[in-house]
Amino acid sequence: MEITKEHITCWIKKINEKIAENKCYLTKLDQPIGDGDHGVNMERGFQATVNMLETTSYDTVSSMLKACALSIMSKVGGAAGPLYGTAFLRMSLHVKGETIVTEKMFIEALNEAVVGMKKRGRTEVGEKTMIDVWAPVVEKLQEDGALHASTIIQTAKEARNKTEHIAASKGRASFFKEKSVGYIDPGAASSYIIFEALAETLEEGACQRG
Amino acid sequence: MANVGIVLISHSTQIASGVKELIQQVIQEVPIELAAGTEDGRIGTTMGKISSAIHAANKGDGVLLFYDLGSAKMNAEVVLEMLADDQIVIAEAPIVEGSYIAAVEASMGKTLGEILETLEAGFPPNNMA
Repeated sequence: MEITKEHITCWIKKINEKIAENKCYLTKLDQPIGDGDHGVNMERGFQATVNMLETTSYDTVSSMLKACALSIMSKVGGAAGPLYGTAFLRMSLHVKGETIVTEKMFIEALNEAVVGMKKRGRTEVGEKTMIDVWAPVVEKLQEDGALHASTIIQTAKEARNKTEHIAASKGRASFFKEKSVGYIDPGAASSYIIFEALAETLEEGACQRG
Repeated sequence: MANVGIVLISHSTQIASGVKELIQQVIQEVPIELAAGTEDGRIGTTMGKISSAIHAANKGDGVLLFYDLGSAKMNAEVVLEMLADDQIVIAEAPIVEGSYIAAVEASMGKTLGEILETLEAGFPPNNMA
């Protein structure tokens, strides 16, 4: 399978739709252990990114991913902006110069995203952050050597739910120490949404809905 | 020679402007720029504001950035990677005390490196979030 610009557009649009649907849920997760703005920030940033994609044309998957990265960085804000922005930027760099992005290359690009996010947030697995979803999902994809939609959703969901039992050691939630146990991490929740959107995009081939 | 500039990056415009007010009670000649709050006036930090503030504070002798909480630093780091200028540095010191000391030193004509040394000695790394 080849990952095309249409896939990326579809992916971002689906993220945007799902974020909008889950805005209150994300905000609710962010209120007890954070600053309560994750839903609002994500909605604003991804809507701006969709608007940009609809009005701009791109030569390559790489240039499209880079534009998304910059838009997410500047429009999402909070910690999620630089982190998710870094993810897309790393993906863009990995597929730079490629005319065809294969499944294998895309998985590698996702792994590069994880490396970049860990570095940006100085975070490892188990600190109750978005990495707790990204790392296991990408690890599974690398094991499989293929992008299976159902695997992505299942792995991401389990990983997201596991963050409920972790005490945060990174980010604003870490100030709450053990009091952060009992809440799903908002970043893990939005990361689940990102992977669910990716899985649906892959299932549909490319975006049928335009 | 110009003075090293200072950028105050805070989630809250009131924190940033309050710190600036505190410094300017004694120091007027050092450029102090604010990067605080979101574009739409909410609590937060943005790369756009950080990069404009750096630009405004840079008089040719470098700029020191002070931040309040973790994500402010992350945004600053992304901006710095894009600027790739080793005369623009994030200071690892509390925003109030750190920027105050830096402003005093900058007003005495100290270089960026000298100010960083003072800050490192005064605020040994690293218990910041």
